[in-house]
Amino acid sequence: MSVVQTIPINWYILLSAVLFTIGVLGVLFRRNAIIIFMSVELMLNAINLLLVAFSTYLSDSKGQVFVFFIMAVAAAEVAVGLAILMSVYRNSKSTDINTLNKLKW
Amino acid sequence: MITTYLFYFLSFLAIMFGLMVVLSKNPIHSVLYLVLTFFAIAGHYVLLNAQFLAAVHIIVYAGAIMVLFLFVIMLLNLNKETEPHKSLWLKASAAVASGSLLIVFVGALKNATNIPATNVANPNVGLIENLGKVLFSDFLLPFEVASILLLGAMVGAVMLGKKSIK
Repeated sequence: MSVVQTIPINWYILLSAVLFTIGVLGVLFRRNAIIIFMSVELMLNAINLLLVAFSTYLSDSKGQVFVFFIMAVAAAEVAVGLAILMSVYRNSKSTDINTLNKLKW
Repeated sequence: MITTYLFYFLSFLAIMFGLMVVLSKNPIHSVLYLVLTFFAIAGHYVLLNAQFLAAVHIIVYAGAIMVLFLFVIMLLNLNKETEPHKSLWLKASAAVASGSLLIVFVGALKNATNIPATNVANPNVGLIENLGKVLFSDFLLPFEVASILLLGAMVGAVMLGKKSIK
């Protein structure tokens, strides 16, 4: 018995919405920049799950190909983001986002 | 019947570990909980007949990205003591804001028409043969652009990681 027949797609949409909200909560809740990055990853994964669910329910593999591209973008984002974070840490000796207020008006 | 229970179980794991990522005090614990979340999501992929994507997901996320995170956290020596905290007021407003977002999502979903699962899903959709054919025919140009993006990210990471940029 496959999952397509037993579980309506609304459950997957709901699960993705909850995971995405947890990611948003992480971005708003924490001050450590690394945790904020991880929350962004969680949001990207919620979208990936949604794409895979729709791809399976509609028997269309294009959604899953799109997930590959999101993974590539996420990998690039993490590599550059963590490099930026390292240079921020080198200058301010912390990853607290509240120290990054030099551009604040 | 077993798939239904499996769905509930994996969803519970994903949501609980996702919350633990946000709420745990120690950044190392956050990373480890995020790895567990990714495994739960990979289980969902297997459940959705996307086996190849599940394998790639584990390799890329749990294998590569999370190791990068762990490496940076250990390099910067972040731990529970150095962890900055927002004021209680800001935390409460963050919880209220994201809760409102969830309410908006659920409210939008309430009136959505359900997609009828009429066409019995083709079980071969998530297999590597099918995906490869689509990737190298319909999505050939985006595939090449993604390779340029990865090259740019690599060069950028090396540039930013150098000791001093003159």
